Amino acid sequence: MQKSLKKYFAIFALPTVIAFMIAFVIPFIMGIYLSFTEFTVITNTDFVGLENYIKIFTVDDSFMNALWFTTKFTIVSIVTVNVFAFGLALMLSRGIKGTNLFRSVFFMPNLIGGIVLGYIWNLLINGVLGIFDVDITYKAAYGFWGLVVLTNWQMIGYMMIIYVAGLQNVPSDVLEAANIDGASAPQRLFKVTIPMVMPSITICTFLTLSSSFKLFDQNLALTAGAPGMETSMLAMDIYNTFYLRMGFEGVAQAKAVVFFVLVALIAYIQLRITRSKEVES
Amino acid sequence: MKKIIALVLSLVLVVGAFAGCGKSDEKVIRYLNFKPEIAEVYEEISKAYFEATGIKLEVETAASGTYEQTLKARMATKEMPTLFQINGPVGYSAWSDYCADLSDTEIYSHLSDKTLAVTSGDGVYGIPYVVEGYGIIFNDAIMDKYFAFSGRKTKITSTEEINNFEILSAVVEDMQANKDKLGIKGVFASTALKPGEDWRWSTHLANLPIYYEFKEGNINLTSDKVKDITFSYGENFKNIFDLYLNNSTTPSSKLGSVDGNTSMAEFALGECAMVQNGNWGASQILGVEGNTVADSDIKFMPIYTGVEGEESQGLCIGTENFLCINSQVSEEEQKLAADFLMWLYGSETGKDFVTNDLKFITGFDTFSADEQPTDVLAKEVISWMTKPGIETVTWDFTVFPSQIFKNNFGSSLLKYAQGSMTWEEVSEQVVADWAKEYDLQN
Repeated sequence: MQKSLKKYFAIFALPTVIAFMIAFVIPFIMGIYLSFTEFTVITNTDFVGLENYIKIFTVDDSFMNALWFTTKFTIVSIVTVNVFAFGLALMLSRGIKGTNLFRSVFFMPNLIGGIVLGYIWNLLINGVLGIFDVDITYKAAYGFWGLVVLTNWQMIGYMMIIYVAGLQNVPSDVLEAANIDGASAPQRLFKVTIPMVMPSITICTFLTLSSSFKLFDQNLALTAGAPGMETSMLAMDIYNTFYLRMGFEGVAQAKAVVFFVLVALIAYIQLRITRSKEVES
Repeated sequence: MKKIIALVLSLVLVVGAFAGCGKSDEKVIRYLNFKPEIAEVYEEISKAYFEATGIKLEVETAASGTYEQTLKARMATKEMPTLFQINGPVGYSAWSDYCADLSDTEIYSHLSDKTLAVTSGDGVYGIPYVVEGYGIIFNDAIMDKYFAFSGRKTKITSTEEINNFEILSAVVEDMQANKDKLGIKGVFASTALKPGEDWRWSTHLANLPIYYEFKEGNINLTSDKVKDITFSYGENFKNIFDLYLNNSTTPSSKLGSVDGNTSMAEFALGECAMVQNGNWGASQILGVEGNTVADSDIKFMPIYTGVEGEESQGLCIGTENFLCINSQVSEEEQKLAADFLMWLYGSETGKDFVTNDLKFITGFDTFSADEQPTDVLAKEVISWMTKPGIETVTWDFTVFPSQIFKNNFGSSLLKYAQGSMTWEEVSEQVVADWAKEYDLQN
């Protein structure tokens, strides 16, 4: 078995490897190359060196504004999504009646696409703000909190499932021992349960971090950046740079490369920190 | 043996994934269409052309607002479009590598007004294929109701008499005051300012002050004199924009989430008397379910802004649809594309499609006076175009420096409507943005 696996490994892996090359590695390398060129069509490029990277910061502040907005949004949504998801998971792993129904209901928003969610929440929020004769475009703060609510609604269910799985893996003998030793409920939660579900926390914070940072469709459908470009996040800023000014395709590409480096770096640091907190039972 | 079978099977798998990428030698014209509303007509045209000539016309339509994206993507493939369109001189500067010189084509020789084409040096790179017009569309039935209304304060008795901003605003404000008696929610449809839907103001309405500014300064649109503006007619823009906002169906603070379709629907349902839009909006009005506006009641009037001598101002008529032939495809394919254009705009069958199905008002001399579209707004545009003593406003917005400029303008207008920006700030920003964006693009 082992031997034949080794023998045919290359053949069976080939289709996937080719697909991965075509859909990921090649576009990625091309993307990096394109960030050093000026182009309209990607097969017709002029090399310009670092000019595009300089233009990111000199032409206007849109990138820095988007970065700041995205950072604020990411911090808020990591905290809220994970706290709510963990809370729900705790409630729904106690064996109360209808647990499965609740789990399905909370998970469902995750199955709806971002654009649709964006439009639904746009209608809902405008419906509420309409009472005060304003709408979501009135202030950047409305758009910000709208996005936070939307993201929470969408991601909590998914994270909850991961936490539920984590909680089910906490050995009951450890909890029982803590109970007998006289640990209070909060003590059991913070000193036993949470350290034991640290692997789930690692995964969930990673997922919320990277998806909040890369959020695009929800942003487009909910606010499209309004008012002005004050609520546009990094991905949308890149998109706008690419299409809204002639000759700025390379600059957008450079922004995308910077964006990639940022996301990779932050996610790496986060993984290192949360991993170091994981414990064995 | 097994090994060979495994190898063959996995190769089939891989090859299968690339099936359909094969190339055929048949003659094909690929056209990337800009107008989704007429995508179906092109399927018919493609069939008819295949029957007539045996040449395949493949039409792909870019979804609304995604033409540039689609074009950029398609141009990077081997099967790039042979026919595509640009939106004027600004579009040309981005696509100049791909625009073939059309000065020797037959279709160009039939263009009645050669100044409309996109030119650079001696070359002709874009040929306008449709002429469109916009202004204030009004519902004649509601206007008549107003003129028959005994409590009205103005002395105007017909829409013919409205020929400047002063009269227009007097009528509009009086109508707004009596909106309940007229059975409307407001005189103007919502000034839709949702991001991405604000082009009727940040592009079309903005054309008027820019047109007057360039006209006054005698500025040639192709020269670099358009590099900055003073927005000297900004007050006129404010006049009409305020009129739209203050006499509307929707409070100004809520305009950021209204889209263009909504405001056209308000017009179609008879909830308002006027809406600013172009002749392409006819289908949007007549196609709305529950439409209460009769064909014969849809009329156009020019957008009056309070400029001196505007009594002779007409509709804004022009084009931002210029056809280009891709210079990167083979000579033979370019020739095919040129022949197709001549067939569409020159042959009887082709012209029939253009007039009755595409409903284009074209600028080619192959069309006789009775071969013009018969839909109500197109007819109105043609009649305004030919009215004696009326000066048509040209579409100078084709030189607006970039989409960012238009978007920023649109979002400032929204902030102005919501009360978080003053008009002075808006107009300062317009001037600054224009100069900056022009600089970045050139």
